Amino acid sequence: METAMAFLTGLFFATSLYLMLSKHIIRVLLGVAVLGNAVNLTIFTTGRLTREIPPIIPDDAVVPIDAIANPLPQALVLTAIVISFSFFAFLLVLVFRSYQELGTDDTDEMREAEPVDEPAPPLGY
Amino acid sequence: MTFYALFLPFVVALFAPALTRILKHNAAWVLALAPAALFVHFLGFLGAVADGGRVTGGVQWIPSFNVNFSWMIDGLSLTFALLISGIGTLIVLYSGGYLKGHKHQGRFFSFILMFMGSMQGLVLSDSFLMLFVFWELTSITSFLLIGFNHAEERSRRSAIQALVVTGLGGLSLLAGLLVIWNITGVSEMSLLLSTGNLLRDSPFFIAAFVLVLGGAFTKSAQFPFHFWLPNAMEAPTPVSAYLHSATMVKAGVYLLMRLNPVMGDTVAWETVLPIFGGVTLIAGTLLGARQTDLKLMLAYTTMASLGLLVMLTGFGTEGAIAGAVLYLIAHSMFKGGLFMVAGNVDHEAGTRDITRLGGLAGAMPVTFVAALFAAISMGGLPPFVGFLAKEEIYYGLAKGDTWSVVFTIVAIVGNALMFVLGFAVALKPFLGPKVETPKHAHEGPVLLLAGPVVLALGSLFFALFSGWSHEHFSTPMASAVMGHAAEITISIIPHLGLALYLSLGTIALGVLLYLSLAKIRSGMAALLAGIGWGPDRGFDQAIVGIVKLSVAVTRLVQRGRLEFYITATLIFLALAILVPMGIAGEWPAVPAFPDLYFYEWLLVLIAVLGLFAVIWARNRLTAIVSLGIQGFAVAVYFMLLGAPDLSFTQFMVETLSVVILALAMTRLRLSPQDHRSAVQTVTDGIIALAAGGALTLLLLRVLETDFDASLTEFFNEYSLQIAHGRNIVNVILVDFRGIDTFGEIAVVMTSGLAILALIRVLPRRSRSALSEPPKNPQNAGEAV
Repeated sequence: METAMAFLTGLFFATSLYLMLSKHIIRVLLGVAVLGNAVNLTIFTTGRLTREIPPIIPDDAVVPIDAIANPLPQALVLTAIVISFSFFAFLLVLVFRSYQELGTDDTDEMREAEPVDEPAPPLGY
Repeated sequence: MTFYALFLPFVVALFAPALTRILKHNAAWVLALAPAALFVHFLGFLGAVADGGRVTGGVQWIPSFNVNFSWMIDGLSLTFALLISGIGTLIVLYSGGYLKGHKHQGRFFSFILMFMGSMQGLVLSDSFLMLFVFWELTSITSFLLIGFNHAEERSRRSAIQALVVTGLGGLSLLAGLLVIWNITGVSEMSLLLSTGNLLRDSPFFIAAFVLVLGGAFTKSAQFPFHFWLPNAMEAPTPVSAYLHSATMVKAGVYLLMRLNPVMGDTVAWETVLPIFGGVTLIAGTLLGARQTDLKLMLAYTTMASLGLLVMLTGFGTEGAIAGAVLYLIAHSMFKGGLFMVAGNVDHEAGTRDITRLGGLAGAMPVTFVAALFAAISMGGLPPFVGFLAKEEIYYGLAKGDTWSVVFTIVAIVGNALMFVLGFAVALKPFLGPKVETPKHAHEGPVLLLAGPVVLALGSLFFALFSGWSHEHFSTPMASAVMGHAAEITISIIPHLGLALYLSLGTIALGVLLYLSLAKIRSGMAALLAGIGWGPDRGFDQAIVGIVKLSVAVTRLVQRGRLEFYITATLIFLALAILVPMGIAGEWPAVPAFPDLYFYEWLLVLIAVLGLFAVIWARNRLTAIVSLGIQGFAVAVYFMLLGAPDLSFTQFMVETLSVVILALAMTRLRLSPQDHRSAVQTVTDGIIALAAGGALTLLLLRVLETDFDASLTEFFNEYSLQIAHGRNIVNVILVDFRGIDTFGEIAVVMTSGLAILALIRVLPRRSRSALSEPPKNPQNAGEAV
């Protein structure tokens, strides 16, 4: 089970990184979205996997009776999902606005901060 | 009291600008009270150190590291402190007259008082760390003062040069002090001085020695680090008089004198110091002889004098140390005075070029007399303290062996050339036919005259009452330098002997050279033009080289292309995982074929298809839907693996993502295909697979290790009992790790605000132009 998830997670990573290597900012954005899932799967898998038993204490017990899924990675992933979603939303708006302002979706042409013909610093004092 | 005395100059520096705004240049009278009060305060210690005693005190600074804010007053530091506060008082007054009406005079007062505090702290420091801090503070305040006329490029260059050279020296000193600390185990001067031969016998002595010299030689402008000192003459004249002749440049000499009892009397010490000092002495006087600018002539004689002091300190005989002590006191007084004279001439006549000055004696009689007194002391003639110093120097140097003879000759030549330069500065502008000067010269106000006059009289009285001054100043100082009791008895009554004959020889040689000064000047100019390169040009080349190197490195690393940055990051990521794994041989074992139910395999297949579809999507809709497919597949996984909360959240988030993306993408263009060349596709694919594969291996290796379930068990155990909740995941989120969740909410809020801000910024172009893609109109095929 864990082995399969490890390979699937690796594929999620490879896909997202391949997308992020694109020059097109939209594909980079899609890559970031997939990257969120890849990271979440990693956290979830390292906490070891258990099938179908949610970490909930039965009504008549004080502590869980059966073997249950590990609640700690679930809590971490829950936080991570929400944060990666808000990050994704922010990036989306940033991409949208930079496309509006710069008129391009090619990252090579986005040279506002580091212009191509940036003059060399003065050599005097 | 001493604790507050250490801070007084800094506190007064804070108020100096405001006070100057109210009182104009007369603020000098008020501000001079601070150094005067310090002078009086330190006079009170004369009795305590007269018989070789030592006053220490301090407070804990960083107790956990055993670092104290501690001071030590003995003969050496007290004489320095008196020179700093005494000359400081005169300099503050002089600055009042010299910079009268300057719009930044208040700032100048502030800087010079800060320097005074730093220098005073330097000589009074007991703990090594304090010594280093004050040492660097003098470099920084010196930088501020040299660059005072910051609108001029020459000033900025000189200031940076001085800061770089002395700052690097300071770091060397710090390293040296740390080595000493490690060898001896003590971090205070007063304790170090009682460690005997511990330092000298250590195998690391040479390391400590070289590092300390790195600090001392840069600060005291020893050849080949001398070049910053003449350039520092860009500073206003009060600064040249105070920092770059009387006090700061002597910090290196102070350090050597301070360490003489524990580092002296070794072969390294008695070889390196005299040689460097001797070369500096001769080089300084020869370079000075070429100059025609009064201040530059004085600057090079300062360099020469510092060389003489280092040479004497390293020479090691009792007489040489005594000579160094007397010469240091004499030099501070006559050179400070001569600089102020040069400043007066510049201020009143409008030039300080010696060839354009002459016959000013009638117009500036008081300045002339002060200059003459200082020059007589510098030339080593009675009845001034300079005479005592020179007699003592010859007395200490002149021995029978070759080594001593060489340095005696060096001292004679150096002294003769300094005699020439001193009298050139004091006589040439004042005597001879009257030369038309840029300004109509007349005597300066009392603020400008007080300094040179008081210092000239000080030189005179120190020598006239030599018994009293030796008892209070020179003898305690020489004892502190030597580490045992010593006595200086020399007086102005000439006593027949070798020293006197050598003095007479020096004077004769000096007069001879004075008459042929013009020839020496042109000869030196021709010689230096022939060499054509010096450390000063070397400094420029080094700075330009550093700037060019940093530009090249920046251009190499920061190419301004996102693709390059991501590629570099991913390659490094893959290597950072794979290389240590390979070195440690920690590869995961080949895993068994996974044992999954058929519907789980189906889900894997759906996720994989979703991922590939995102990569190969040719229009917006496919891309969005594919992104949704892999997201929902993950959500179903969470469901199957006992995480319903995650699943629920994932479904919501993926749905929202798809909706928002669909909304935004109606205005965005997804190029029909990924514009990568075949080579680029393969390269990117390999990099992505390498990074993804590395992460897979890492994950597999992690899964092989034993699982530590202690945290999980804790949460399972106490979820209901402590936090009263049955859904353990929720309990962790809102209770055990509630602060984390609070942080998460903050992140969401912040990004929400950022999104709002981004959306509400008005676009540069009009709305109508936005809805169309500005470039590549061949996207007609795509539709949402």
